[in-house]
Amino acid sequence: MATVTDVKVRTGRRSELGLLGLAVGLAVLARGLVDYHADFLELDELAIYAAGWTAVALLIHLAIRRWAPFADPVLVPAVLGLNGIGLAMIRRMDFAYAARGRDTDFGEVQIAWTLLGVALAMLVILLLRDYRLLRRFTYTAGVLGLIGLLLPLVPGLGTEINGARIWISVFGRSLQPAEFAKIAFVIFFAGFLVTNRDTLALAGPKVLGMRFPRPRDMGPLALVWVAAMLVQIYERDLGTSLLLFGIFVAMLYVATERLSWVIVGLGMFATGAVLAGALFSHVASRYTAWLHALDAEVYRSGTSEQLVRGLFGMASGGLFGTGLGEGRPDLVPYAESDFIVASIGEELGLTGLMAILTLYVIIVQRAMRTAIGTRHGFGKLLAAGLGFAIALQVFIVVGGVTRVIPLTGLTTPFLAYGGSSMLANWIVIGLLLRLSDQARRPEEVTP
Amino acid sequence: MNEPVRRLSVVVLAMFLTLMVAASYIQVIAAGDLNADARNVRTLYREYGTFRGPIVVDGESVVWSSPVDDPYNYQRTYSDGPLYAAATGYYSTVFGRTGIEQTENDLLSGTADSLFWTRLSDLVSGETQRGASVELTLDAEVQQAAASALGDDAGAVVALDPRTGEVLAMVTSPTYDPAVLANHSSSEVNAAYQELLAQEDGPLVNRAIAGDLYPPGSTFKLIVAAAALEAGYDADSELYAPDELDLPSTSNTISNYGGKSCAANERQTLAESLEISCNTSFANLGMQLGWSLVESKAAEFGWGEQLSIPLAVTPSVLPDDPDGAQTAMASLGQFDDRATPLQMAMVAAGIANDGVLMRPYLVDSVRDANLRLVEDFEPEQLSEPMTRADANELTDMMVTVVESGTGTAARISGVEVAGKTGTAETGTDARPHAWFVGFAPADDPVVAVAVLVENGGTTDGEVTGGRVAAPIAKAVMEAAIAAGGDS
Repeated sequence: MATVTDVKVRTGRRSELGLLGLAVGLAVLARGLVDYHADFLELDELAIYAAGWTAVALLIHLAIRRWAPFADPVLVPAVLGLNGIGLAMIRRMDFAYAARGRDTDFGEVQIAWTLLGVALAMLVILLLRDYRLLRRFTYTAGVLGLIGLLLPLVPGLGTEINGARIWISVFGRSLQPAEFAKIAFVIFFAGFLVTNRDTLALAGPKVLGMRFPRPRDMGPLALVWVAAMLVQIYERDLGTSLLLFGIFVAMLYVATERLSWVIVGLGMFATGAVLAGALFSHVASRYTAWLHALDAEVYRSGTSEQLVRGLFGMASGGLFGTGLGEGRPDLVPYAESDFIVASIGEELGLTGLMAILTLYVIIVQRAMRTAIGTRHGFGKLLAAGLGFAIALQVFIVVGGVTRVIPLTGLTTPFLAYGGSSMLANWIVIGLLLRLSDQARRPEEVTP
Repeated sequence: MNEPVRRLSVVVLAMFLTLMVAASYIQVIAAGDLNADARNVRTLYREYGTFRGPIVVDGESVVWSSPVDDPYNYQRTYSDGPLYAAATGYYSTVFGRTGIEQTENDLLSGTADSLFWTRLSDLVSGETQRGASVELTLDAEVQQAAASALGDDAGAVVALDPRTGEVLAMVTSPTYDPAVLANHSSSEVNAAYQELLAQEDGPLVNRAIAGDLYPPGSTFKLIVAAAALEAGYDADSELYAPDELDLPSTSNTISNYGGKSCAANERQTLAESLEISCNTSFANLGMQLGWSLVESKAAEFGWGEQLSIPLAVTPSVLPDDPDGAQTAMASLGQFDDRATPLQMAMVAAGIANDGVLMRPYLVDSVRDANLRLVEDFEPEQLSEPMTRADANELTDMMVTVVESGTGTAARISGVEVAGKTGTAETGTDARPHAWFVGFAPADDPVVAVAVLVENGGTTDGEVTGGRVAAPIAKAVMEAAIAAGGDS
């Protein structure tokens, strides 16, 4: 088994600069369109915005040149492109709400979160000079992740919004600790699996021509399964539960190369989900809202109303969309956060939505490429885990909005309004920059 | 560990592909159904949010959409809402549309098939969809004169151009202001609508074409006279005109208005009978002609016809297979005879136009937002109820009605007016309905009119068509003649 693949020594920093220019152009153009359609276009204000974006892009470029010179050149531009469209869309929602007499400053706040996120990502590549350091904190990360996951259940600290108990309030702001716990768990899984992969890969009984793991090695999987089920039932958050469990199963597969783990894992999750649906009415009502969304009875009860309104919005967008600022995304509740994908589908059309999804594919594929290029098992697991975390999160959110799976409360990375998600996902990008920097660094300069 | 990572990235691709398929399904394949879903308020907003074409009278917009800063983008605005409400109808975000706003909706909103090329060129030039303007046949001055003359009385006035069938005036009273229903505040619209519904005199009812049908009274004698002319009678044919006419198979009798006698020797010509509106002679004439002849003559004048002008017109009705006594009553426009004011205007128009009845219509032409003519409505013959000779003979008889008979209040100096009055018993203790139908100038008519005043309106004293309705008809005909009769 080859764990090292030769990578061409080309830093790609110049290509990155060009791509960053594209991303900045996209962000500025999108905002300009939004302002124009809201009759709010002031060119000097837009110029300041453009200058700000350019400065941020240049600073990122310089920081990467200095602290991670071999980092993947496509990651940050792709993320900035998504981020810029997200900012424009959120600002557009501010205008829409203002027209209906509701004063919001989502756009401004989100800019602050974006800047903070970028700063955190740069801080990661500044402070974390070698990702292998993280392996020392395997179990610390596991404990931190568990704490983060369970924090919303602490009385007085956790708050329930829209029936899901996944927020905590800190300094008057709502935070979703699960977003950060996600990173901690990926680090924990990577450290744990790289140590135990040989044991877990041991052959067990053979069923239907496929070798299954030994039952005595099932412990870790069972533990994560229990945690995921608890999240689903007590925090009423199918999304985080599915995300957490999915990441673990994927990383388990990468570590052991055994498909049987995936089958066992998926089987356990499906069983759990069906059981939860049978036992708990709030889980069951989510399933009903998903399967029978357009049913008059279900719609009238309100459980599927948001989903269906999102569908109406996307349908009205059609192939090419109504145009940025010309649709009615404000008719969908939480159009700036949970349903920003529906807003994009409405105003930028199927074309725009496809472009957004493609940007995610690019980001995730760069993470996978990094995993292949990384020399150490821990790094491979970490990169693949982080990449898959982004992919699965997008799948869960967009799948929920497009009725592929039941609707959940996760946010779309880099697009949706919300601080926790923005910060956590920029940290993920920081880690991927560090990982790809080390993966692409020529042998002779490896420290 | 590279192989599973590669496989994992294939799984990731498959996941994204699933999302793309799902999005395509929603935004392309299922989009039609979702957009048509009644719960989709977006469709409503889009419909109300596009520029809607104006409704035009005499080259001036009387209803138009002006841009506003609210979710609907445009506000329907009225120059003289109550005056034209009967034709335009209302356009409400809460209660939908009525009138021309409803029947011509696809043209006004710009979605009509005939506007395909307009939409295409708008698409190419980057314009958003804009509705077409609908020009009505109404004449602003005639409409205004009719509304003023009718005043606060409950009733209706319809004026037609007998040569073409164009509706020159359509007034119903009481009316309402469509602006209060076009308001974008649903609570205010609701309150206004409930208030209109609560009014007993029914301001939302279009009495001219779609209200309760009214007994036409003596104006129906025109139909009997037309049938008689066709059956070989002429103006000088002598009729039996007793003071009291016994009704067959009953102990009831018919007498004349106010118990007067029609003629000293119980004999009277057809012309004289019409002039003074003798009841006994026409009741007897109806029985002699037979109901089927009268009924078929009425049908030729439009009774029972499902007209859409394009507003839907309630068909006027006649009794089905009446016995002798009922035929006698029905010949006087009583019993089960019912008509709309438009129907009676059509009777006048058919006689006026040398016996050729033109199909009445309210929409003159349609132009797209670039003022290109999209539709232009041509006059169309509906039927030919009388020969030219019969029509002219009946016209002469109607002229004497106005000159020296019951309709003298409709006389216009310098113009020969043809007309017929009607005073229709309502069968209750209420006062009778006052009618006048007529046209002018008698030799070359430019306007045919029907006036109905419910229960004689607010006038004191005796209610007759000649006293209450004829002056209103006179005002309308004067306005039409002054307008040049050139439409």
